Amino acid sequence: MRFFEYEAREVVKRAGIPVTDYGFTTDAGEAKAIAERIGGPVVIKSQVLTGGRMKAGGVKFADTPEQAERDAADVLALEINGHMPRGVLVDPKASVKQEYYAGVVWDGTRKQPVMLFSDMGGIDIEEVAEQHPDHVGRRHFSNILPLSEFQAKQCIAQTGVTGSRLNKLVPILTRLARLFVDYDMTLAEINPLAEMEDGSFVALDAHMDMENEARPRQKALLKDLGVGDEETRQAREATEFELAGEAVDAQDHRGVAGNVTEFDGNLGLVIGAGGGSLTLFDAVRNAGGQPANYCEIGGNPSVAKACGLAKLVLSKPGVDKIAVMMSIVSNTRVDIVARGVIKACLELGYDPAEKITIFRIPGAWEEEGFKILDKYGVKYADRSVSLHEASRLAVEALAGTTHTNDPASGQ
Amino acid sequence: MRSDAIFIGIEVSDEIAGDAAAAARLEEVCPVDIYADAGGRVQIVDTNIDECVLCRLCIDATPPGTVKVHKLYDSGPDAVLSSDPAVA
Repeated sequence: MRFFEYEAREVVKRAGIPVTDYGFTTDAGEAKAIAERIGGPVVIKSQVLTGGRMKAGGVKFADTPEQAERDAADVLALEINGHMPRGVLVDPKASVKQEYYAGVVWDGTRKQPVMLFSDMGGIDIEEVAEQHPDHVGRRHFSNILPLSEFQAKQCIAQTGVTGSRLNKLVPILTRLARLFVDYDMTLAEINPLAEMEDGSFVALDAHMDMENEARPRQKALLKDLGVGDEETRQAREATEFELAGEAVDAQDHRGVAGNVTEFDGNLGLVIGAGGGSLTLFDAVRNAGGQPANYCEIGGNPSVAKACGLAKLVLSKPGVDKIAVMMSIVSNTRVDIVARGVIKACLELGYDPAEKITIFRIPGAWEEEGFKILDKYGVKYADRSVSLHEASRLAVEALAGTTHTNDPASGQ
Repeated sequence: MRSDAIFIGIEVSDEIAGDAAAAARLEEVCPVDIYADAGGRVQIVDTNIDECVLCRLCIDATPPGTVKVHKLYDSGPDAVLSSDPAVA
């Protein structure tokens, strides 16, 4: 989940990293009051969860409190990339000598956080790594142990920064690394990290993304920041279809049947098993299919949950048929899922044999599941049929080209 | 008494249907709440019947042959779960 800048600044401030004397408001009149308190030129910054706000006119510079009020009113009414601002941040206009970049991101390949530092911070930081690689320092560090001062120095020194600037930057980087781990962030970025005319360093902007699954663990932080449970803070707001999927999964404690993401294809998917959903989703696309949704089912959900998920997917406009598939070998009971998806078809008034293109769940109680599928004439496959082959069969069945003597039909 | 859902049917003999101890035991052992103790009588919760995981705990908790679980999708010799030697 993403944080607004004013929230990210608060996180940075809590970590002991210097920030400016900023103020956040949703009211232009209050922006004027904040500017008066600051007592000098200010920057009015739109608080939106999207990039490119400077280029879109969401950042304005005001020399007087009156101008700050006018600019705040303009920025509050300005839509940026489809986002209306949460409010505006009123920030002192800083006398910056040089802009730096400091960030921590998760390296999925190394399975470790990596500290990034550049002495060429500011906008278009992405281009710095490509065009000036010698101005970017990198240092992986432990998930458990804090980033040491020595490691931070190594990272900074790669860019050629030395002396007192190096010494002043070290605690900022170690604290940023600490907050990344403590708050379950996937991104913690200060850009620009400004060296002021007086030689001090201040975080002028910050971006934070937190692991969504960490929300329960970070309740105290979220409460302090005023982030409600209803705020998903995803790249886009959840659709009604996706919210309905959450409701299906929440109906009881058994297993998982939800985590639905909506797509605009025509093949409904009831897929899962330990990351298998992603593989199956890709396999369907590789076979030329157009998934109507992503979802996750597994861990022995109740019949009611499997039924609820299948009904949801089958009821999605544009979905004609569904494919029920899990990956290699699953401990989820085949017969329970079979009952759920067949029940969904029956309760919606459909023939399960028509609506289910393929049922491929290699797992516990297979034989019992196959008896159920046989009774209702549903095509199924066991583990001898790869998930890629099963996906192809599903796509072909949707197109009406499946041959009845297909060895994987189970008939 | 007998109650059938889509996939599973539950049969409880009259012998224990009104037995308070059996009602309490069935409510306690069933992991998916198919049985309820309705004031000392066995009640079958229709909405939960298809959740049956075929664990046989209800069968083992009651006298032989008094509870049977019917697999309505199965026409073979394993279609009925029971501790009655004549059935199981």
